[in-house]
Amino acid sequence: MKIKLLKSLGFAAVFVVSACASDPQVTQTSTPGPTQQQPSSRPVTPVQTTQTYAPRPGSIEEFSTSAGDRIYFGYDSYTLSAQARATLSKQAAWMNSYPRVRVLLAGNCDERGTREYNLALGARRANSVKDYLVNLGVDPSRMTTISYGKERPIDPRSMGEAWSINRNTHTAIVSGASS
Amino acid sequence: MNLKRALLLAMMVFATGFAAPAFASLEIDITRGHLEPTPLAIPSFTGSSEPEREIGRQIAGVIRADLERSGLFKVLDPASYIEHQANIDLQPRFAEWRVIRADALLAGRVVIENENRVRVDMRLWDVFAETHLFGQQMGTTPENWRRIAHKIADSIYQKLTGESGYFDTRVVFIAESGPKINRTKRLAIMDQDGANPTFLTPGSYTVLTPRFSPTAQQITYLSYSSIVPSVFLFNIETGRQEVLGDFPGMTFAPRFSPDGKKVIMSLVQRGNSEIWLMDLRTRRRVRLTNSPAIDTSPSFSPDGSKIVFNSDRGGSPQLYIMNVDGSALRRITFGKGRYSAPVWSPRGDLIAFTKHYQGKFHIGVMRPDGEGERTLTTAYLDEGPTWSPNGRVLMFTRETRPGAGPHVWSIDLTGANLRRVTTPGDSSDPAWSPLIE
Repeated sequence: MKIKLLKSLGFAAVFVVSACASDPQVTQTSTPGPTQQQPSSRPVTPVQTTQTYAPRPGSIEEFSTSAGDRIYFGYDSYTLSAQARATLSKQAAWMNSYPRVRVLLAGNCDERGTREYNLALGARRANSVKDYLVNLGVDPSRMTTISYGKERPIDPRSMGEAWSINRNTHTAIVSGASS
Repeated sequence: MNLKRALLLAMMVFATGFAAPAFASLEIDITRGHLEPTPLAIPSFTGSSEPEREIGRQIAGVIRADLERSGLFKVLDPASYIEHQANIDLQPRFAEWRVIRADALLAGRVVIENENRVRVDMRLWDVFAETHLFGQQMGTTPENWRRIAHKIADSIYQKLTGESGYFDTRVVFIAESGPKINRTKRLAIMDQDGANPTFLTPGSYTVLTPRFSPTAQQITYLSYSSIVPSVFLFNIETGRQEVLGDFPGMTFAPRFSPDGKKVIMSLVQRGNSEIWLMDLRTRRRVRLTNSPAIDTSPSFSPDGSKIVFNSDRGGSPQLYIMNVDGSALRRITFGKGRYSAPVWSPRGDLIAFTKHYQGKFHIGVMRPDGEGERTLTTAYLDEGPTWSPNGRVLMFTRETRPGAGPHVWSIDLTGANLRRVTTPGDSSDPAWSPLIE
């Protein structure tokens, strides 16, 4: 639960950054470039941001703060936990409110597996999210899936906490959101 | 041919773990000495001009490095050599090579015939039997001298071990750079000894799991250059890339058939991966597996009749073998641990694999019937073995410890001679080429 909470804060922060370019209410100076990433041996500290404004309805930012854009899996698993299903229900409700939105569902794995097996596992994880969203009324034509296997970790550390964060399906809005 | 027999015995002992008495009747003391690398003397190749002698020094250096890296030979320090042959066609003074304990002497000469052609003559002598083992003459363009060196090393390896070499080969791999959460992965190729590294893709999109064609200058690999990640073909001579087939979903885990005419791979549909076989000429494709489980990492037996692959249909990732038409399916791994990434040896007698057990990753080998499992390596992450064309050496990806970047390593089938392979920067997913024609 703690991990989950920290991560959603962390991701809220990321999306604040990405949304800020066109949002005059926020002053943000720079986005950290890839060369400034922390070395993998140091833990990632979530950035605490205080939101002083409401995200614009139908925006990517609203989606990630109100629904959550990532659900997490157990080791070598693609079954949806109660927590994942709760997040997906919110994702589906949000998507049903904004029917022009299209998403890419990206399945990800931790580094404790071999490359090709993880590509197959990531495909399962993306698809189990798609199936669940379809059952909640989201038109399948609005969703595409992709597997990144273990190629797109979001936590660079080599430890259990990072692995559980890196086992996920990310719902990325590719078009149709308001900016 | 004492030398050859001694080396063969050394290799057999490594490979089978037989005790010494099995060979006692051959009058070769394999309990001592012969498990040591065979000492060779390789003076710089001679020449009648300084440019020739310069090429001669470089060629001898590459041959020494190749043979040393094999772990089967020890090249004696050139500073210890007593005789300095002026004419390699004359019999050497064997006594002076015995003094420094050389078992064999390689002598060579470089002749620049014109600006477009270099000729190299070489002779290999058995120092103890005082015999001429063989001589060779090779020609090429001056800038291509490294390949002559590798071919000579291959000839020596073959003459002294009785098996074909693997030095005149290349390795395709993934060159990695950048932070772990935003990694750049490029397709790259280099000579087997790390020379001539070249990037084949720009790094603006991820590429993974390259494999060499057994018959052509062609690579198959997974590319994220299009919206749907797909198996591609790369023509090394022309640089042309093309997506392989118009599949209704993501394709990955490609490998060539032994005749180079087909590619086998996984296709994802509705989240489920199945193994498909595609004919490169007709583009006809056939599905070989049919299960709701993960089916991936297919690899042909060298005779093309069977396929080993990775499936979790039994509840965890294990290795299975089927006929090339999908029939006669059976599981071959029953040991403790999770097995994946199988590759059939080009000799046909073994399958190499990755094993995940008790928090560590291992490269191992077993016979195709699943018997005779041997673990060769252990690390935080060892994965993705690839065979040398003679089936004696494996390269693989290793992360030595958590957070250490991945690198290509190699190990002999005997479990000896573990080495990090020279690559420019971090590297992964090596795939060995066949011997270059």
